[in-house]
Amino acid sequence: MTQTFRATLLAGALALAAGMAAAKSDVTIGFQLEPPNLDPTASAAAAIDSIVYANIFQGLTRFDSNGGVIPSLAESWDISEDGKVYTFHLKSGVTYSDGTEFEATDVVHSITRAKAPDSTNPRKSIFEVIDKVEAVDPLTVRITLKRPKGGFLFDMARGDAVIIAPESAATNVTNPVGTGPYRLEDWVKGDKVVLVARDDFWGEKPAITRATFRFISDPTAAFAAMMSGDLDYFPAFPAPENLPQFEADPRFRVTVGTTEGETILSTNNKMPPLDDVRVREAIAHAINRQEVIDGAYYGYGTPIGTHFAPHNPDYVDLTALSNYDPEKSKALLAEAGYPDGFTTTLKLPPPSYARRGGEIIAAQLAKVGIKVEISNLEWAQWLDEVYKQTNYGLSIVSHVEPFDIGIYARKPYYFNYDSPEFDAIYAELDATSDPAKRHELLVKAQEKIARDYVNGFLFQLPLMSVSNAKLQGLWVNAPAPVTDLAAMSWAE
Amino acid sequence: MRAFRSPSLIGGGALSTLFLLAAAISYVWTPYDVTQHAIAIRLQPPSAAHWLGTDQLGRDILSMLMMGARISIAVALVAVGLGMAAGVPLGLAAAARRGGWLDEIIMRANDIILAFPALLTAVMITAVFGPGAVNAIIAIGIFFTPVFARLARGAALSLWTLDFTLAARVAGKSRLRISLEHILPNIANLLVVQGTISFALGILAEAGLAYLGFGAQPPTPSWGRMLAEAQTLTAIAPHVAIFPGLAIVVTVLGLNLMGDGLRDLLDPRLRRSRT
Repeated sequence: MTQTFRATLLAGALALAAGMAAAKSDVTIGFQLEPPNLDPTASAAAAIDSIVYANIFQGLTRFDSNGGVIPSLAESWDISEDGKVYTFHLKSGVTYSDGTEFEATDVVHSITRAKAPDSTNPRKSIFEVIDKVEAVDPLTVRITLKRPKGGFLFDMARGDAVIIAPESAATNVTNPVGTGPYRLEDWVKGDKVVLVARDDFWGEKPAITRATFRFISDPTAAFAAMMSGDLDYFPAFPAPENLPQFEADPRFRVTVGTTEGETILSTNNKMPPLDDVRVREAIAHAINRQEVIDGAYYGYGTPIGTHFAPHNPDYVDLTALSNYDPEKSKALLAEAGYPDGFTTTLKLPPPSYARRGGEIIAAQLAKVGIKVEISNLEWAQWLDEVYKQTNYGLSIVSHVEPFDIGIYARKPYYFNYDSPEFDAIYAELDATSDPAKRHELLVKAQEKIARDYVNGFLFQLPLMSVSNAKLQGLWVNAPAPVTDLAAMSWAE
Repeated sequence: MRAFRSPSLIGGGALSTLFLLAAAISYVWTPYDVTQHAIAIRLQPPSAAHWLGTDQLGRDILSMLMMGARISIAVALVAVGLGMAAGVPLGLAAAARRGGWLDEIIMRANDIILAFPALLTAVMITAVFGPGAVNAIIAIGIFFTPVFARLARGAALSLWTLDFTLAARVAGKSRLRISLEHILPNIANLLVVQGTISFALGILAEAGLAYLGFGAQPPTPSWGRMLAEAQTLTAIAPHVAIFPGLAIVVTVLGLNLMGDGLRDLLDPRLRRSRT
């Protein structure tokens, strides 16, 4: 009896020692938001892509860590002279996590499904340009466009354009089946999603074999979980005020990168007196951007003068158009017939940049005589009152989609901006693929909305991530909502 | 004076006065303007210039607390007043018609309101009608109504059995007149004590609602919201959380002590047993 006991004890100790010696291969990642489902072709929530993009689901092309487009399921492609026919050469030997094989017909199915009239794809518009999609042979797909489209390969890299198998199309929302290196192991609603590396993966086996995504919405709890070592990585850490503490601690690494998030003072262009461009310009000159950035985001963040990401090569710095000049602001208000200012509403969603930024902007506007009534809303209320019903004067929100200047041409949209001139520029841009011409049109589009003072353009949201100092291969920037597990590894 | 022998009344009274004074002074003077932000000096620890330090937007915390006291008092006072104004007549009416259908209806309605946890009721009301100081007042006031109704009914019931009310009945006075002329003055002391205690509860409820984001909206300073906003800052600037927390604790403690002291002083039964 004693001997058995000793043997067990010894075995246990050995197992423990072995476990400690082996390299760490699991990672626990913290997110603020839980995704509503796990199918990126079913819903627009960025939280879905953050978990499944490139890990479970793959597209023909994909984004790299700098926002460039690189091959994924398509090994290479040819583009016809007129820019209308794309021939994709697919990788061979690719399988889904349920064992079925990936073939050209899956691409045809995925695109046909996304394009269909009853499609629930959140970004159906990117498929509109596709005229025909055919499987030439099991490893070749030919896509014919109605007209040349400059950003077609970029669009095919989006999470909305991932390739799915017809057999699992209906059940991907809860049981995602893709071609990527990971599969879903468990989803505990309200708590976590666990992904594990596939044993049968067709490509190079990733270093991380198990990833747990935990959902922690409260910044204080996020801070505590990171500090205690429960989490290895928190991309988009919600509380900038806590970063200096992490920076001072050698256990952690803090990175500040760029996102596609233009933080703007959304303005209801139909709500009097905000329908007067002079009033909107007056608001723009009343705002001290640097004070907003310092106060709301502790100095992290780049000022913007239009709705475009500053790290994009096509960006033009138009901040001078809306420089801080309270005197000019007052003069404009007087000219517009409001020498004593006016009263409007400022409806704020929950993120701290909005709540803090809102108080600062309210104080700045008060100095030129504009009184704003602040109301702090929950996300659901904000989506309903502001976004859907456009029952608001001003709001603050970050638009995090990449390349989203097109929302200014969208109707209806919650800015209620209606400019045939801008619509024409955007329509021309959409049909242009020549880079020089595109640049020219993009500059024109940026200038148009800046000169119309559609919204108050505040700052580009930074991506502040905190991670265990030994965890490698993390993306510093967020060109798209992606958590590239296969690129991660632990340093010895 | 017996009042000066009660340490809880003196201590509670002093703390409550401090609180009332802070709110009163804020109408004419605060050390700094709370609508002015000074990002450059945010999160400074207490100093000679800023006695209680500055918050995340560089506002003076002492000034914020003084202004916040106003909102706390306004909301709690009006809510208690509302609860009393609605609850006491209902309680008196129920007692006057003891056992009748009116009594049943009033008291069962009371039970329904009391069955819900107070804060939950308040959150529900503000969630439906939107956040704001006025809705917070209504929400807290609704919760106080059955508290006063029960108290008034219970106290009035025992008085209805006493000789002087019987005499008044015999003299031909209506139930309404007896309730107003004989019952109400005799239960006034109880109502005052309950009022003080409810006032403290009202301040807690206001802070709780504001903490959850249902109270007065910014930029109006409010203790509960100050606490909520300080949450992520506790590690780097603890004073931002400590002072609003302390203000709530001290004020509620003061009002509760005063309520205790007043009860000792005013409750006829306690008085009799002591003398």
